[in-house]
Amino acid sequence: MFYRENGQFKSSYASDQQMLPILQDRVFMLGLLAFAFIAVPFLASDYLFLSILIPFLILTLAAIGLNLLVGYCGQISIGHAAFMAVGAYAAYNLVLRLPQLNFLVVLVLAGLIAAAAGILFGIPSLRIKGLYLAVATLAAQFFMDWLFARVKWFTGYSSSGSVSTATIEMLGWKIDTPARKYVFLLGVLVVFTLVAKNLVRSHIGRAWMAMRDMDVAAEIIGIRPVYAKLTAFAVSAFYVGVAGALWGFVYLGAWEPLAFNLSLSLNLLFMIIIGGMGSLLGSYFGAAFIVVLPIFLDQVPAMLGVPIPTALNSHLQSMIFGALIVFFLIVEPQGLARLWAIGKEKLRLWPFPH
Amino acid sequence: MTGEVNERAGRIGEVVLALEGVSLAFGGVQALRDVSFDVREHEVRAIIGPNGAGKSSMLNVINGVYHPQQGTIRYLGREYRDMDPHEVAVSGLARTFQNLALFKGMTVLDNIMAGRNLKMHSSILLQALRVGPALREEIAHREVVEGIIDFLEIQAYRKSQVGRLPYGLQKRVDLARALAMEPRILLLDEPMAGMNLEEKQDMCRFILDVNDHFGTTIVLIEHDMSVVMDISDRVVVLDYGRKIGDGTPDEVRANPAVIDAYLGVSH
Amino acid sequence: MKKNWPVVALGAALLVGLALPLATGASAPGFYVEVLLGGLMTGVLYSLVALGFALIFKASGVFNFAQGTMVLFAALAVARLAERMPLWAAILVAMAIMVALAWLIERLVLRPLVNQEGVTLLMATLGVTYFLDGFGQIVWGSDIYKIDLGIAKEPVMVLDKVFQGGILVNKEDFVSAIVAAVLVAGLVLFFQKTATGRALRAVADDHQAAQSIGIPLNRIWVIVWSVAGFVALVAGVIWGSQLGVQFSLSQVALKALPVVILGGFTSIAGAIVGGLIIGVGEKMAEVFLGPVLVKAFDLAGGGIENWFAYVLALLFLLVRPEGLFGEKYIDRV
Repeated sequence: MFYRENGQFKSSYASDQQMLPILQDRVFMLGLLAFAFIAVPFLASDYLFLSILIPFLILTLAAIGLNLLVGYCGQISIGHAAFMAVGAYAAYNLVLRLPQLNFLVVLVLAGLIAAAAGILFGIPSLRIKGLYLAVATLAAQFFMDWLFARVKWFTGYSSSGSVSTATIEMLGWKIDTPARKYVFLLGVLVVFTLVAKNLVRSHIGRAWMAMRDMDVAAEIIGIRPVYAKLTAFAVSAFYVGVAGALWGFVYLGAWEPLAFNLSLSLNLLFMIIIGGMGSLLGSYFGAAFIVVLPIFLDQVPAMLGVPIPTALNSHLQSMIFGALIVFFLIVEPQGLARLWAIGKEKLRLWPFPH
Repeated sequence: MTGEVNERAGRIGEVVLALEGVSLAFGGVQALRDVSFDVREHEVRAIIGPNGAGKSSMLNVINGVYHPQQGTIRYLGREYRDMDPHEVAVSGLARTFQNLALFKGMTVLDNIMAGRNLKMHSSILLQALRVGPALREEIAHREVVEGIIDFLEIQAYRKSQVGRLPYGLQKRVDLARALAMEPRILLLDEPMAGMNLEEKQDMCRFILDVNDHFGTTIVLIEHDMSVVMDISDRVVVLDYGRKIGDGTPDEVRANPAVIDAYLGVSH
Repeated sequence: MKKNWPVVALGAALLVGLALPLATGASAPGFYVEVLLGGLMTGVLYSLVALGFALIFKASGVFNFAQGTMVLFAALAVARLAERMPLWAAILVAMAIMVALAWLIERLVLRPLVNQEGVTLLMATLGVTYFLDGFGQIVWGSDIYKIDLGIAKEPVMVLDKVFQGGILVNKEDFVSAIVAAVLVAGLVLFFQKTATGRALRAVADDHQAAQSIGIPLNRIWVIVWSVAGFVALVAGVIWGSQLGVQFSLSQVALKALPVVILGGFTSIAGAIVGGLIIGVGEKMAEVFLGPVLVKAFDLAGGGIENWFAYVLALLFLLVRPEGLFGEKYIDRV
């Protein structure tokens, strides 16, 4: 009986439009944030940070980016890791050539460069859609793969083609320990999530969703398709570019050109399919799922006394991913986020059945 | 109802929209042949004709979705043949659809707010931060939309997903979305299709209220003859893509070519 | 056609690019012909994979992202089974497996998603790709395997009277080309002359109309996916004998996508022509354009073939989205 909205009346549009209109949701979210920012840095082990929390936070950011384009605006992209690469290499070159810049500035600039790439490779979406657009995005993926592997300027003329980064230092604060990395990433992610939420409930977000649901009708009611699609590509690439920079600098530390290959692109797509397309919360769920599944398959059978060899583990992962994609597309196309929403609905009624 | 029509006749103004010699073909199919007619400000203009006569194609041409091979559309003194649909919308033409074309992934409120998009101009950055001008704009337009929701009596459904509403309510949302654009001319494509008598009466009332209160010119495709004869000021009749009648409801009703077309006399 | 000139410009650019190495004397004619033939042979392989795509899309409107993986799956089945039984038996058993696979995909994936949009189905076939990838590696193994077709491997020197030094041609390549031609001829006959073929064309035109005249949709789809599986098998066997096959989210398998873009998603002729164009184009680009770019921009090596096909497809999408032989799609409101 505790998840009822009784008595929570809204007397202004501003309060009706707020992000978390139900009081219980606000309390829960504040508690969660407090726990995440204050308690977790002290409670979690290094392993938890490095293997689960840090990749989870960065991949969520990337998933939100892809979700804005695919889930909210309905433009398919199966080569989105290319923009992560743009962000990562842009950040690398900025730090290399302008070392005095604050890292946050570097992130924003890297994001903007990725956004420009997004606009460029988003131009095909003005003329083609669906499956055809998917192939065009593959062009972006393979071209970027090649560009960063072959054009030596991007890697600072490194002989191996790989790059490595130094520890990030901001305003005298070294982001070196796993706990510090975690807090930094969490801060970035929270800010970016808020921004995404704002965009989605604004007129640009509605324009995106209108393009997704019925683009001809959207145009007839006055929405400019070029503006809607290219801003979706730009904002999406911005997010994903920042995620790429963070992936390279905070998580990997050093990377080779194929770190942002087709596999990563497809993983991002899986995250939003399983998590829920058109849902920011779904991006969180999807990223968590992708990060946890391999570890789950690693640890749990071992704990049950039936350890699975690594090779078999990765094959099983592929099978499970594949099967789950098909399963979710058939049974719940709106993914885990929808299941969560259904759960909340039931909670509203609890303890009554209906 | 006829008394109201006579009252309205006094308010009808100059020609605001005119089609001249419009011809449209898709591959081998000729949808419209040399069609010309005009629409006067503040009037209710009906387009009627048997199925397949080209009525929806006509609206699509006006909206800029289809570009005719020949002929022009003159609107507010401007002539065009291949304007983009969103430019047409910005210049004051709104549209409802025969098959609804609502945004199924959004709520009723969001669908109608989408109709306000062409009037919302705050930059992406401000929207991202949701401060100052962006926030004020969002709330101001929400107020307007709530006014439309009150007008069409759909308050109880504003947070529902449109896909889950019954057909009659979806049609009202479609109308609301078009009204949100504050159009000068409203193109309605069979707004009463599939409705029962009460729903039709409600819809008639809404359409006439819009015409009365906001002075919006109405161009209406409709099959229900009693509705057409009751509420229209003038009627255009299409058959096989050609105009076969144009005048007041009484004139058209007596036109032998029109009677033939509907009775199916071969020609 | 309203916008003809971009297509013409693109075609002209391609032809000029093709003729340049010969015209400028940058390459010996014999070598040029060798590269050309090499490109054609790769192109034949791409065409076969793309053929499966086009078949499935033509008959069921599904874009089978998993086609390339199916080729690999079939090839690996033959390769591994041939270790225990004669080649002809291995091929038959592999064919049976592909039919079973077709049936399962229709039942578990296609039927539940029957009315969804293309993008949903694309993502579903993506899921199938991943599943087959994992499953295939568990069942058939992860190493590279070769298929021995019993054809002599040494290249043969031909036309040494016409071109100085002659041209080296692979016997296997010849056999592959002939097999591909026979396959295409067979498919064309199948579609035009047999009742099932006609039914498939009816389904491609209009699912509902076909159903209303009693064509069993589900069975048709199983047949189509089986035929595509058979094509995949042939492609796989040829591939396996020439290059060796190994499971990977293979670029070569994905290459069929640009091919159908060029050729048109629903055209068998388009799959062939598109495959040959892509095969030749990327080989030429790699061999002749690559070194030029490396020198001009101080690049770390070539690798143009990795993206040439996709960029070409992208350009085609912008000027002629329906491909060379495909059908235009009109959006109606």
